[in-house]
Amino acid sequence: MGTRVISSTAAKLAAAAGLAAVAAYATVALAGPNDNELAVDGQKYMTEVPGAKDGPLEKVYSGWRFRNEATQAMQLDDFDNPGFTNVETGEQLWSTVDGEAGKSCESCHGDAAESMKGVRAQMPKWNEAAGKPLTLEHTINNCRTQNMKAAPWKWESNEMLSMTAFIGLQSRGMPVNVKTDGPMKAWHDKGKEIYYARVGQLDMSCSGCHEENYGKMIRADHLSQGQINGFPTYRSKWQKLGSIHRRFKGCMKNIRATPFKVGGDEFTALELYVASRGQGLSIETPAVRN
Amino acid sequence: MERVLSAAAVCLLTMGLVSQGVTAGPVTPAEVKISDGEIKTSLTGSAGSAVKGREWFKNRKLGNCLACHVNSELKEEQFHGEVGPALDGVAERWNEAQLRAIVVNSKIIFGEETMMPAFYRDGGFTRPLKKFKGKTILSAEQIEDIVAYLRTLKE
Ligand code: HEC
Ligand code: HEC
Repeated sequence: MGTRVISSTAAKLAAAAGLAAVAAYATVALAGPNDNELAVDGQKYMTEVPGAKDGPLEKVYSGWRFRNEATQAMQLDDFDNPGFTNVETGEQLWSTVDGEAGKSCESCHGDAAESMKGVRAQMPKWNEAAGKPLTLEHTINNCRTQNMKAAPWKWESNEMLSMTAFIGLQSRGMPVNVKTDGPMKAWHDKGKEIYYARVGQLDMSCSGCHEENYGKMIRADHLSQGQINGFPTYRSKWQKLGSIHRRFKGCMKNIRATPFKVGGDEFTALELYVASRGQGLSIETPAVRN
Repeated sequence: MERVLSAAAVCLLTMGLVSQGVTAGPVTPAEVKISDGEIKTSLTGSAGSAVKGREWFKNRKLGNCLACHVNSELKEEQFHGEVGPALDGVAERWNEAQLRAIVVNSKIIFGEETMMPAFYRDGGFTRPLKKFKGKTILSAEQIEDIVAYLRTLKE
């Protein structure tokens, strides 16, 4: 109990310092990520790793490094991290029986801490039966419809966000490690094409903001590399957790482009490609952003 | 009768429409004449308002130029982006015809690779949101107002 109080006070102090930093943003040019270290309960996270030799980025940074200290502080202590409300809900849902088969996730998978360890880090993953890569959301819904005979959850529902947060947490600290070879190659390449394509009335691509201009301010926003190692992520703008596809959709709408379908092949391919750009970054689920 | 006609002619003159004919509205994006990286004549036929241009420049739903550019003349606005160069003294680097070309379609001057959107183009986009399909980001009037404002940015 004692440590809880101390650490949340520390977080509040850091938050106050962060607010001062926000005020300075307008005048001080931030040329890149800040140097803060991410550690939660003594466990350190890799927020900076060398980019792949043949890759587009010399250094790969987590989005956490581009947030101000007030936002960063919320992720330093799980008691201050609003995403944990969903984690708790997800933990309850894990062992809740649902559907005609009379099963819960736990009936088949047992202890999530063991069976779900590393799952988030490898998503999206090739699924032989489907003949395509599946995201974590797809996989969860497959289990619900096929194994539990339960109705699928809506992509952005509280249940789905809670379950992806809870499952994601079991990989926290593990490096992103998606496969891009074999049958995944075509999907990776498709995602890459989408990443570099200019779209919308503003005629911009993901790479324009997240590869060529990360580290710079775009009005009030400090551009990151647009990595997805922290998803689902709590965003103060959303006042809740949001999925990877919701974020993609938001970025596309901002440049006045018609987004691809949430859960569709294009966003799945894009998710795979963006994940591959962040290989080696620690999973931070549930991360906190603004 | 003669008197009435000439009053109408004066009116047309002051509206700057005479050179383009009575029925012509602003030049459409397809009609814009570009030569050597310059658009020499006003899209509306008349000069824009720098005061209004200043508003369109900072408005997030219109020019939103501050998203990418620092502009000391708008110090009272809190957040200035860093994606493009600072626009302080820009009127000394580019003439009016060039500034018009930059705002109409930055690609004319900077090449296809530039991040800066084309503010007076209404087609050739991939997957534009339905409500922006076939539309320009700014109207001809707003472009002229912004050009007039940029002309005031001297060091
Ligand atoms: C006009 C600029 C712009 C474009 C184009 C853009 N984004 Fe973003 N994106 C942002 C901003 C601003 C943020 C919030 C700050 C940040 O994390 O960079 C953001 C955030 C993100 C995040 C969240 C990162 C995190 O750490 O939580 C992801 C993921 C992302 N973008 C992916 C994409 C993808 C994929 C595309 C293309 C479909 C794209 N973005 C296009 C501006 C852009
Ligand atoms: C998404 C980013 C972005 C937005 C929005 C944007 N610009 Fe730019 N602008 C640029 C970039 C980048 C350059 C530099 C040219 C290049 O390297 O492509 C530039 C260059 C310029 C220049 C030439 C500056 C110089 O000193 O040479 C002018 C003038 C200009 N922009 C005006 C505007 C105006 C006016 C608006 C709004 C109506 C605007 N820009 C909106 C990115 C942007």
